Amino acid sequence: MTWLDTLRNTNRSRFAELGFPKTGQEAWRFTNLGALAGTPFQPAPPAFAKVAIETLPSVTPSHRLVFVNGFFCANVSASDILPEGVIAGGLAATLNQHPALIEAHLGKLAHDTNHAPQALNTAHIADGAVLYVPKGVRVARPIELVWIGTGANEPLSWHPRLLVVLEPGSEATLIEHHLSLDDGAATFANGVSELAVGAHARLHHYKVQRERNSAFHLSTVAGRLEQGAYYEGFLLTLGAKLSRNEIKLVLAGPGAEAKLSGAYLVRGQQLCDTTTLIDHATAHGSSQQLFKGVIDGAAQGVFQGKILVRPDAQKTNAHQLSRALLLSDDARIDAKPELEIHADDVKCSHGATTGDLDDDAMFYLRARGIDQDSARSLLIDAYVNEVIAEITFEPVREAFEALASAWRYAG
Amino acid sequence: MLEIVNLHASVGDRPILKGIDLSIKAGDVHAIMGPNGSGKSTLSYILAGRDGYTVTDGSVTYNGEDLLALPPERRAATGVFLAFQYPVEIPGVSNSTFLKTALNAVRRQRGESELDAIQFLKLARAKCKQLGMTDEMLKRAVNVGFSGGEKKRNDILQMALLDPKLTILDETDSGLDIDALRIVADGVNSLRGPNRAMLVITHYQRLLSYIVPDYVHVLAFGRIQRSGGKELALELEARGYAEFGVNEAA
Repeated sequence: MTWLDTLRNTNRSRFAELGFPKTGQEAWRFTNLGALAGTPFQPAPPAFAKVAIETLPSVTPSHRLVFVNGFFCANVSASDILPEGVIAGGLAATLNQHPALIEAHLGKLAHDTNHAPQALNTAHIADGAVLYVPKGVRVARPIELVWIGTGANEPLSWHPRLLVVLEPGSEATLIEHHLSLDDGAATFANGVSELAVGAHARLHHYKVQRERNSAFHLSTVAGRLEQGAYYEGFLLTLGAKLSRNEIKLVLAGPGAEAKLSGAYLVRGQQLCDTTTLIDHATAHGSSQQLFKGVIDGAAQGVFQGKILVRPDAQKTNAHQLSRALLLSDDARIDAKPELEIHADDVKCSHGATTGDLDDDAMFYLRARGIDQDSARSLLIDAYVNEVIAEITFEPVREAFEALASAWRYAG
Repeated sequence: MLEIVNLHASVGDRPILKGIDLSIKAGDVHAIMGPNGSGKSTLSYILAGRDGYTVTDGSVTYNGEDLLALPPERRAATGVFLAFQYPVEIPGVSNSTFLKTALNAVRRQRGESELDAIQFLKLARAKCKQLGMTDEMLKRAVNVGFSGGEKKRNDILQMALLDPKLTILDETDSGLDIDALRIVADGVNSLRGPNRAMLVITHYQRLLSYIVPDYVHVLAFGRIQRSGGKELALELEARGYAEFGVNEAA
């Protein structure tokens, strides 16, 4: 398809000019991609899952689509019937069946020509996932994308693309489950997601990333919310050597609402970067962000959050908070909350806190017979569960609580 | 049960306790009264095992064991219970999870079988009822949004569940109105018995009208200045701590 070739080629040359971001660039000053740029990654060949779907991990009972190194695996994906008109499947297959639909949406939200990882992804678009929900349709069953990374010997990279289009008044719950099946050489998953949430549509979008500790995981999300649309996003990060979730949401229509939260639990040499931009473009929008980190060992957390309120965005309500719990002397957090406000009748707040476990609470628990390790666990769980409680879909909330709790024992 | 001999303790370089001697037998209720800064809270924290205090001399023996050598959780398991002056709020941990974890930790250390969720709930509800508390307190996060009286009652509930031998009540009356004080005192009194001892630490006599002690000690300047029966508390109420060289602003 010529439009797609043009898109790929433009971005290929653009990435050749840009190269990987360096810490000299403001947006990347805390996250060093040197090790990533220095690894000779080979593009992952189309792969298929050799295991039965029953044996693959799942966050919750759902309509599951399985991807191996970015390629859709129909043989192990759900084939049950979705409501009429709903499309949930691989990008390459959908491109063949509904070329006009893909052409109308692909590259329309993620088109920042100065964003190197996004350009790299676009240059390599081969497969990925598509979710399309027609006007007024509510998909009751959650759709889970299981993104499996694998590859033992040579470093492999892949660039999955996710396209979500919710037509006006529709509703869906999307779960992303990123994991590695095995241990081995470095992997590089460089995903780009485009989320078009139509007027009064509602998207619940929950992601857990628990890739192996040789993995690099970059994710760039570009979302657009039309009038009265609702987006609820949650990011749980447990894995990868280096990960960055970069999310840009434009509240394009009046009265749109975005709730974006996340928890990251890292240790050892892990780095987890969360970079958000909430762009309030019109009036009566609201956005709420809460991110909490638990950082142990010599791990590093990065939080860069920006709220942009444009001149027309009167009556905006925008709040953002980053909190980090440092469990060791070598753990660190770099937090950069930012407000840029061009309207005068708005309610906005932002903040960042850092601390360690509360001594008073530790002593209170121990004075009641609870040993030090158990007391720590109880307090860490409580800390993390407070933000996981932001997830309104209960099965995911419970699954994420269990995954976060298991993290403590894996150390 | 408890023998405190010549106890000296400091916070940083500052000596707080300067030679405390105190002997408590099973069944006894002792009160320690003293003005602010006399070392009352330091004594209770040292007995419970809080970090940040250095014992520079003396000993504390509890049922023949060196109490100071045990970590706080071990002390709790052997039956030492500190009711806090300011019970701590722990957001995100439900009271029932906290109580069940604590109870089972203590039972495990005592060589008793752990309670499952149903057994625990049955016991906790019974204790709540006994202490005039609602079950609803079990569902809320530990002490979060509790009134002063509810926090203290929650401490007494923990006491009732953990079944201690030596209870230290640190300024339990602070922040309580008279009704809340009566309820808390009733809870404490219901747990008095020949096998239990109590150490009631307070600034004011008021509490001791409800929890009547067998012995009263006056603590000032890091030492016990005088000991006597319950009538000593009334004397202090009337005359203040002036005779011990303490000048408290009215």
